[in-house]
Amino acid sequence: MGGSKMDIQTKVGDGGWSKGKIALAVVGAILLVFLPVVLQGFVAMSFLVRILAVVGIYVMLALGLNIVVGYAGLLDLGYIAFYAMGAYSAAVVGNLFVKAVSHIGAVGLREFLTSSTFIFMLPVAALIAALTGISLGTPVLRLRGDYLAIVTLGFGELIRILATNNFLGLTNGAMGMSINVPNPVGLVAMQKPVINIPAVGFSFQFSVNLYWYYVVVLLICFTIFIVRRLDNSRLGRSWVAMREDEVAAASVGVNIRTAKLWAFALGALWGGLAGVVFANFQGFITPDSFSFLESVFVVSMVVLGGMGSIPGVIIGAALIGGLPAIIQGVAQSPMLASVFHIDAPTASAIANYRYLLFGLLMVVMMAWRPQGILPSKRRARELHPEDEKTLEEEDQSLWAVEHGIDGSGHDL
Amino acid sequence: MQAQLATIVQQLINGITLGSMYALVALGYTLVYGILLMINFAHSEMFMVGAYVGLFTLTGLTNPHLVGGLAAFFKGSGFGLVILFALVFVVAMIAVGCLGMLVERFAYRPLRNAPRLAPLISAIGVSIFLQNAVLLWVNTMALPFPQVFPVKEITIYGSAQVSTLQIFILVTVIILLTALDTFVARTRMGKAMRATSQDREAAGLMGIDINRVITFTFFIGPALGAVAGIFNGMYYGVVLWNMGFIPGIKSFTAAVLGGIGNLRGAILGGFLLGIVESLASGFLSTGYKDVVAFIVLILVLIFRPGGLLGESVVEKV
Repeated sequence: MGGSKMDIQTKVGDGGWSKGKIALAVVGAILLVFLPVVLQGFVAMSFLVRILAVVGIYVMLALGLNIVVGYAGLLDLGYIAFYAMGAYSAAVVGNLFVKAVSHIGAVGLREFLTSSTFIFMLPVAALIAALTGISLGTPVLRLRGDYLAIVTLGFGELIRILATNNFLGLTNGAMGMSINVPNPVGLVAMQKPVINIPAVGFSFQFSVNLYWYYVVVLLICFTIFIVRRLDNSRLGRSWVAMREDEVAAASVGVNIRTAKLWAFALGALWGGLAGVVFANFQGFITPDSFSFLESVFVVSMVVLGGMGSIPGVIIGAALIGGLPAIIQGVAQSPMLASVFHIDAPTASAIANYRYLLFGLLMVVMMAWRPQGILPSKRRARELHPEDEKTLEEEDQSLWAVEHGIDGSGHDL
Repeated sequence: MQAQLATIVQQLINGITLGSMYALVALGYTLVYGILLMINFAHSEMFMVGAYVGLFTLTGLTNPHLVGGLAAFFKGSGFGLVILFALVFVVAMIAVGCLGMLVERFAYRPLRNAPRLAPLISAIGVSIFLQNAVLLWVNTMALPFPQVFPVKEITIYGSAQVSTLQIFILVTVIILLTALDTFVARTRMGKAMRATSQDREAAGLMGIDINRVITFTFFIGPALGAVAGIFNGMYYGVVLWNMGFIPGIKSFTAAVLGGIGNLRGAILGGFLLGIVESLASGFLSTGYKDVVAFIVLILVLIFRPGGLLGESVVEKV
């Protein structure tokens, strides 16, 4: 990814991948496909497959939120609402679908349709989530910055409260609802072969966790493909302009309305997709899974990893979503615990302290490295303008002066 | 009809009590916003920590093993009770005020010239940190708030009752609000605060120590929040690590409703929101009472982002 000085057009387009990079990509792809198979084969480590799938869902969520926060610069503190919309629509519509299909006489067709419910639900739930995003986005178009953050937070809580109160009799309230979808398509066939290598204690059989892991990986690849395209598209550039200065962007012809609505809709769509996978993977959802804290986690993944940077966001999601679960899992598995010397109380203490650490991390990160672990080049410059320091400082003091003058509404 | 009217009166009384707590917390949001143009997301935790400090001070002071004969004195007479509660409030206000100053010093000051998203995210971090620090320290269990205050119900209309605690809360809040209003209007520091909120840079040029003003603001706001937290504990009888979140959001709504940055607006907004919420939970379902606040928040921000008493701010290039 060679960057020209102006950084108007980095990434994509400049084709020439070096040999090292190709090798790295191949190794990465092989690991992505076969590592879980190896993990699944050893009883002591099979719990990691489930964690990988969960982390994958977080990666999807973080990539989706990255569109809203990283690209368009709109802080959404209620992102989990779209995740909830996706999950609940998958559950409600999925259950209806299974019920409707059960009247079909032909056994083969019925079974095929029932087991593919998940695939039919993906577009439906994603669409519902995207529509939710647009219906939230439309009224709040004029708001910016902190206000937007608070309204989205309110919206996120609203959705959770509606779900808790069994809104329209759809969600079964705080008790949660289960998804009555049988084994997903192909799983039964895939579970048939069993590979045994007794010499090393390897015994592999395809599992539900593995199935969802692959579904998630496929969806993540799709997400990355789309998001990279978006980043360099006309829409992506108008997001950049809007993020840096809304008024200036509007004055050079960026349609702020459209750009914002697209950001909301696309962000929501990916939240919804992740929600569908989550609902099907868990088989059971309660409003507790969609609390404000979850929204904050996803925001921290994006911020920690680096707003606007795809590898950064993935690392952020893996760290925040994965580490605590892995530590807990390692402690619960007797074989690994003896290797790593983590006992159950230590592990649960670590798990308990993780929220405390997240909070601290967010504060430290903002003060010390606001651009994140692996920042996108442009975002880093926006947030940490070392090169153009003098220029930027001048700009800021001017801005502050101007803002102070027009801040007449803030009289005490 | 009479029963209906009595319900309305009862909900009004409850709403005013609730509203006075919202008003206290909303002042903290509005003070900080007026001066720094930032939403102090961690403010709701000041409310929560205040309740804990109040609870511990109260249990400490009424425990004969710790304070000996003083405990009997505090509990024994009306005068003792007054002293006791005065002590509880002062200790909590000072402790939480200092916490607020610390938070400003370490989490917000380094970010004063950063993009606006940065302090907000930092504030969320502080909020999560404080919540979990308290959670780890005192455990998940809700702590009961000791019923030291003599609560008596006074029937005023039909079945509508007002309790002595409600009167106590309202009177204390009115005293605090008047004191703050006078302070900001009359004193030197108040003047400095107003100047800073109008134009930070110019105020600095006029010789006002901006950092001192900001530190002071971060003392007053949390101190008032702490009082609201103690009231909340006394009123509902429990103290919990995450008790600050929902009241925090609602108080912020109240501040926005009145016009953020405007002190009297925050008070008005607090009482209005409390009353609306109480009426809604009395006549609709209690499960949806939180929804009312969020809907009010969204509607206000959409239709009157400047709030009831605030002017609408026009964006300039």
